[in-house]
Amino acid sequence: MATNTTVVGTRVAKPKTAAGPWREAAGRLFKNKLAIVGLVIVILFLFCGIFGPFLAPWPYQVQDLPAVFANGNRPLPPLSPNHILGTDQLGRDLLSRLLDGARISVTVAFVVQAVIILIGVPVGAVAGWFGGRTDNALMRLTDVIYAFPDLLFIILLSVAFRETAFGQALDGLFLVFVAIGLVGWVTVARLTRGQMLSLKETEFVEAAKAIGVSDRKIVTRHMLPNGMGPIIVAVTLGIPVAILAEATLAFIGIGVQPPRASWGSLIAEGQKFIRSEPHLVLFPAIFIALALIGFTFLGDGLRDALDPKLKGKQ
Amino acid sequence: MVSADEDISAADAPTIVELSADDVLRARTEAVANAGLGRKAEHLLEVRDLSTHFFTPDGVVQAVDDVTFDLGYGETLGLVGESGCGKSVTALSIARLVPDPPGRIVSGSILFDGIDVLKLSTDDMRKLRGKEIGFIFQDPLTSLNPTLTIGYQIGEAIKEHMGLSSKAAQERITELLAKVGIPRPKDRLNDYPFQFSGGMRQRVMIAIALSCDPKLLLADEPTTALDVTIQAQILELIQRLSSEFGTAVLMITHDLGIAAGMCDRVNVMYAGRIVETGTVDTLFENPRMPYAWGLLDSLPRIDDVRGDRLRTIEGMPPLLIAPPKACRFAPRCDYARDVCVSSEPELTQREEPQHLARCWATEPGGWIG
Repeated sequence: MATNTTVVGTRVAKPKTAAGPWREAAGRLFKNKLAIVGLVIVILFLFCGIFGPFLAPWPYQVQDLPAVFANGNRPLPPLSPNHILGTDQLGRDLLSRLLDGARISVTVAFVVQAVIILIGVPVGAVAGWFGGRTDNALMRLTDVIYAFPDLLFIILLSVAFRETAFGQALDGLFLVFVAIGLVGWVTVARLTRGQMLSLKETEFVEAAKAIGVSDRKIVTRHMLPNGMGPIIVAVTLGIPVAILAEATLAFIGIGVQPPRASWGSLIAEGQKFIRSEPHLVLFPAIFIALALIGFTFLGDGLRDALDPKLKGKQ
Repeated sequence: MVSADEDISAADAPTIVELSADDVLRARTEAVANAGLGRKAEHLLEVRDLSTHFFTPDGVVQAVDDVTFDLGYGETLGLVGESGCGKSVTALSIARLVPDPPGRIVSGSILFDGIDVLKLSTDDMRKLRGKEIGFIFQDPLTSLNPTLTIGYQIGEAIKEHMGLSSKAAQERITELLAKVGIPRPKDRLNDYPFQFSGGMRQRVMIAIALSCDPKLLLADEPTTALDVTIQAQILELIQRLSSEFGTAVLMITHDLGIAAGMCDRVNVMYAGRIVETGTVDTLFENPRMPYAWGLLDSLPRIDDVRGDRLRTIEGMPPLLIAPPKACRFAPRCDYARDVCVSSEPELTQREEPQHLARCWATEPGGWIG
């Protein structure tokens, strides 16, 4: 250059770096409207489950007998004074009982998934990593459990252990969690195994081996985080299944015992009055449906967000 | 964020110091001398009769068959040949990374710094990998874990093998990143691989491979996935760092130009066997095996102005299931005679003392003088 120019400039601030693939996935999730709807429902559901007893106008077991007498010994209809969703025949506030039921459903949703993850992920990871005979043995075991009729297994387990301390724990809920978890882990185990098998062939795993990273760290630090996407999706989509399973069991009288109320047992009690007092069935059914829809939308959104390549294919 | 970083010229990267050829040579001689100080054996690596086979449903593939060679402390040895002739499997065997099943090292011995690698327990072998033996893979795009930060991945070997405090490790990671020519290394420790371009990622791979000052670097086609300008930078980097650290390099490549530019000696492999070995000078001036001629002939030449097609070696390397007792190159060789298909030549000495070739035609008394 002929002229001697000095360029004065300040250094441009480095843009805040994105926190990697997870944040990108979160970005994609928040752009998905259905997923947001699902997320809102799920958050409401969690809120009701955690703070339900504080929100509830009545304790779930208290009977407002005078009001029921005044109504001619019949359940109060919705929009009655003091009972916005009405009462059951014993004068117990329906909204309060639904909120208590939400607490049970939330616990089911998360404890069952925890059981599923704690069994399914290690079984799948061990099978996929070691391969050979270990793989064969573990996968045949999952086949057996997969082939067993779920509901029958849960009912048998519940009936067999009902009278024991194990069956009585947590108002009979503990047994239900374990039973649902015991039949539910196979899907996650198979999924984890599949992820491990494909990740085992990746070059970055080979590269990690080549610098002497221990097997345990290769599995936990390199492989599982990369295979986590589909597992998270499966677990999220497994939550409505677990909620529904618990509701079904409660409907046929297994699991939580009166005076506590699960959404399933509320429907079971309400069905006696389904012609005259349909609200006793309607509201629990709506609650169940909303929870299921919320988790399903969120799960679908997560699947699209975590694996953009799959979008629109399923 | 996609970084447009490939244009860091040497001037931008603060750590790259221009060295004259003499400087490099001197540094190299010193480093080689130093590298030999703690030596336990005559050579850093002594591979003897190594055979690695793959047991497939179609039969036993003898991917590496009776391979013998030495690699001196601080030396750079090239391993050249076509695809599928056993170069990579040789390197994987040395690091005992051959996928088993289906692969298995069936015989031979590998002495690394006096230690028989094949007799080590899995755990002792793991401690050797990354610490004493570094490995650079072909494709930097897939060799880094997309869910872990660059800093974590470079630190992994350091934490595994060197037992540094996390602060000291952090410093070493930054220093390594600077050494491989990544600008503003401190700012980039928490970046993820997708924020780096191909050339940058290969630099990171080199930083990982050299993170514990290994005695041996196995570079498996380290530049094949990169474009030509980046290739030159990466090769220069490997060369500079290996002489700085006194690291011996086993350079696997199908590019004879790279071998000529970087290596002290070269092994030519064909169909799982070494068919010719010698110093770079003798091998390129006076190759004594028709396969090596073919390889040299198929290089594009800058002074070739006639616009000819590139020359190739006709045919394909043979399948390595039950190879015949014959010269394995014979079916593709223009000079083959009856003896070539009826018996297999040994690796025998040619004019220069370190120059060996496996060919009936160029043996003393052969039909090519």
